[in-house]
Amino acid sequence: MPVKGQIASGPLLAVSNLTKLFGSFAACDAINLHIEPGEIHALLGENGAGKSTLVKMLFGVLAPTAGEILWMGDNVRITSPGDARKLGIGMVFQHFSLFEALTVAENIALSMDRSISLARVAEEAARLSRVYGLPLDPNAHVADLSVGERQRIEIVRALLQNPQLIILDEPTSVLTPQEADRLFETLLKLKAEGRSVLYISHRLEEVQRLCDRATVLRHGKVTGACDPRAETPASLARMMVGNDVAVVTPEGTSTTGDVQLEACHLSVAARTPFAVSLKDVSLKVRAGEVLAIAGVAGNGQSELFDALSGEYPVADDNAVQIRQKPVGTKNINARRLMGAGFVPEERHGHAAVSSLSLSDNLVLARNQSDRRAFLGGGFLKIIRQGAVKAAARRISAAMDVRKSGEDPPAGSLSGGNLQKFIVGRELDRQPAVLVVNQPTWGVDAGAASRIRQALVDLAKAGSAVLVISQDLDEIFEVATEIAVISEGRLSDPYPARELSREKIGLLMGGMHGKTEGAGAAHAH
Amino acid sequence: MRIELEKRPNVSALFSILSPFIAFALTIVFGGIMFALLGKNPAAALYSFFVEPLSEVWSLHELAIKAAPLILIGVGLSVCFRSNNWNIGAEGQFIMGAIAGSILPVVFYDWQSPLVLPLMLVLGMIGGAIFAAIPAFLKAHMNTNEILTSLMLVYVAQLFLDWLVRGPWRNPQGMNFPETRTFGADAILPEMLVSGRTHWGFAFAIIAALLVWFMMRYTLRGFEITVLGQSERAGRFAGFSSRRMIWFSMLFSGALAGLAGISEVSGAIQQLRPVISPGYGFTAIIVAFLGRLNPLGIIAAGLVLALTYLGGEAAQLSIGVSDKVTRVFQGLLLFFVLSCDTLIHYRIRVVRERFAALKTDEAH
Ligand SMILES: Nc1ncnc2c1ncn2[C@@H]1O[C@H](COP(=O)(O)OP(=O)(O)OP(=O)(O)O)[C@@H](O)[C@H]1O
Ligand SMILES: [Mg+2]
Repeated sequence: MPVKGQIASGPLLAVSNLTKLFGSFAACDAINLHIEPGEIHALLGENGAGKSTLVKMLFGVLAPTAGEILWMGDNVRITSPGDARKLGIGMVFQHFSLFEALTVAENIALSMDRSISLARVAEEAARLSRVYGLPLDPNAHVADLSVGERQRIEIVRALLQNPQLIILDEPTSVLTPQEADRLFETLLKLKAEGRSVLYISHRLEEVQRLCDRATVLRHGKVTGACDPRAETPASLARMMVGNDVAVVTPEGTSTTGDVQLEACHLSVAARTPFAVSLKDVSLKVRAGEVLAIAGVAGNGQSELFDALSGEYPVADDNAVQIRQKPVGTKNINARRLMGAGFVPEERHGHAAVSSLSLSDNLVLARNQSDRRAFLGGGFLKIIRQGAVKAAARRISAAMDVRKSGEDPPAGSLSGGNLQKFIVGRELDRQPAVLVVNQPTWGVDAGAASRIRQALVDLAKAGSAVLVISQDLDEIFEVATEIAVISEGRLSDPYPARELSREKIGLLMGGMHGKTEGAGAAHAH
Repeated sequence: MRIELEKRPNVSALFSILSPFIAFALTIVFGGIMFALLGKNPAAALYSFFVEPLSEVWSLHELAIKAAPLILIGVGLSVCFRSNNWNIGAEGQFIMGAIAGSILPVVFYDWQSPLVLPLMLVLGMIGGAIFAAIPAFLKAHMNTNEILTSLMLVYVAQLFLDWLVRGPWRNPQGMNFPETRTFGADAILPEMLVSGRTHWGFAFAIIAALLVWFMMRYTLRGFEITVLGQSERAGRFAGFSSRRMIWFSMLFSGALAGLAGISEVSGAIQQLRPVISPGYGFTAIIVAFLGRLNPLGIIAAGLVLALTYLGGEAAQLSIGVSDKVTRVFQGLLLFFVLSCDTLIHYRIRVVRERFAALKTDEAH
């Protein structure tokens, strides 16, 4: 029996032999781990290692199959997020759990006590977001917010509960460098207040900057613990993946091919009050080239993707051209039939339907472009399950998608593995034009390097690739040319070789200044 | 203190399958309690409600006659519900289908031809579909809530039928009864079997269920319905249009409800009256959910709910309770189906407000 004094000095949280089975598959296998008060503890591991599963058990979302959780020395059973919050555990999920139709404040209020008025929640949220540098409009509707903004809601929501331990599942994968820096300040502030942080990330540099200790998982088991500051990113990656991670370069791509994807003075009015309008965007992507579009989240990236993909066709047929044919008014499948492929940013509920199997999710993207292979029975359009499943297997093998079972629901895959499948689904077609929005958010170093290499290889093989990304490392690894998007305007493209990070930063800043002036002029 | 529903981490596959059966068993238990409170012997009452109607050939035919419209409508509704379109107005579409199909035998009663019946069926489907087109249009283009519009249109259809049979369509030889002429021989849906009254409407219902089952399971259209029901955004990515799906699912379910309406009128009633349905369009909603929105399940569920209609009639005769017990049983069944489904996906938690409030106050 521990006495009081020992509790105070013992670990805040300890787990012993914590195990989670899905069927016979052990997503977490006898995990031992402890977190001290006031430390930032990193949880590392490649995609599918079991990180999210572990923290979901700590937060009461999943029930452990076996093992114990000790909170301040007491053996606790956490059967729901409510339990976890009461103990003093807050969590920011990798995949957000927000109601799109509600406002920011309403979403936050849902996880709070009902006796607190909405106005007070909004006020408190606004205060916290100021204190911790997480700008947030409590009255905005979630549906209109970017992924990065949605994440801030989750963070503020967790902070409102005044937790002793805050768990962040890949918080920075959707943030810009500046936003990430602010988050780190927030976390250090929390640490200084004596709180602990359990931090999951694939970005090893930031783990080194931020974390006091790290636990590494592989295939559901703890394979090591270390002081990340004593390691190098490469050595950490090796601990996670088991071997070295390949370096990607855009070597071999060129800008001399025919123009395959073009936007000409593309302007799109904002669909909702919170969306960004596109203003006179022009771009050209040639065969053999990777054009990367850098920019801070919420500056028109998703709107640009929607217009290029044809999910929301535009009024002017010539504003978008694929292989030199006007397609502005055509829908997404017509564009796919002309040889284009698309990978949207959000995986769940956009690129994939979580409750459907992988093979169904293959039909989702390729029901027209591959109708000869996938559909039979003439006008009945019967789905040929055999052919679809075979193709899904081929894609999973090519992209090394780790999954439990032959054809599991998309929702059961870890984030990075689902992304590998979604990208592989398009690469498998060898599209002449590929438009990708945030290709590797939440993807581990090994898988990210694989996806990036695949994009470069696709360009080398003669396709035109457009990558929209916030991750500058990624951009420099894949891009032949780089343009910057800011407030719905796109800069001229620059050859990647001639650009430095600083210059990109300046471009973003410079354009901000310019458009702010223009915006003010419009307003009056 | 308050009660909260909390999502379960894992949904039990076994209980998902068992849920309709548990709901049915609970309905019987509570029905028994109700009979006991009414001063009847529960066992005998339940026997005459649920078993007696199954004991004779003619009553089995009655069962099929009542199940036919329930299945036909329920199958159409399953397509709607799966695609996230909430057509609650099948009762109105049923009536409008019956009216549209009756134009030939009532207005053009002296035209005799083997074409009359097929044309009536087609007109019935068109009538139901057109009536469902109103909420479809309002939802697709005006962003109106289809639950409200389709429900309100039921009353429009009922009153329209009432006006027709009392006014312009009243049988001139009918001693002023509010009824139309009885249909001529060409306009009557024939019986299916020699042993009794079951008409071809039952066959239509089974065929429709099998076709929709095939569509949902094997075809791209079924896939489209599922995807759009789960996520509109993913549907758009797949190149599916949720607006077109509103039209498709509403017109499709409206047409099936209309077919059910004209089949009922032409096969079972053989004229129009102020009331031609004991609430088939509403009961079919229960059928659709009890059948787990699966066409094959809907066939079984349709038979079960048809039994509640027969049981109500039988109980009225043999034990002298009001036939309102039918409604009670249907209500119980829907209630238990929905609560079983809810409890499969959520668990109930009791939250003590005081404690939580204290905690958050401390926090600030
Ligand atoms: N509900 C589930 N049913 C079956 N298998 C599951 C389920 N949830 C997770 N898994 C499997 O458990 C493994 C671990 O998944 P988890 O989400 O914990 O990975 P992760 O380490 O968070 O990966 P990532 O970095 O990609 O987010 C994966 O192989 C995944 O397919
Ligand atoms: Mg994860």
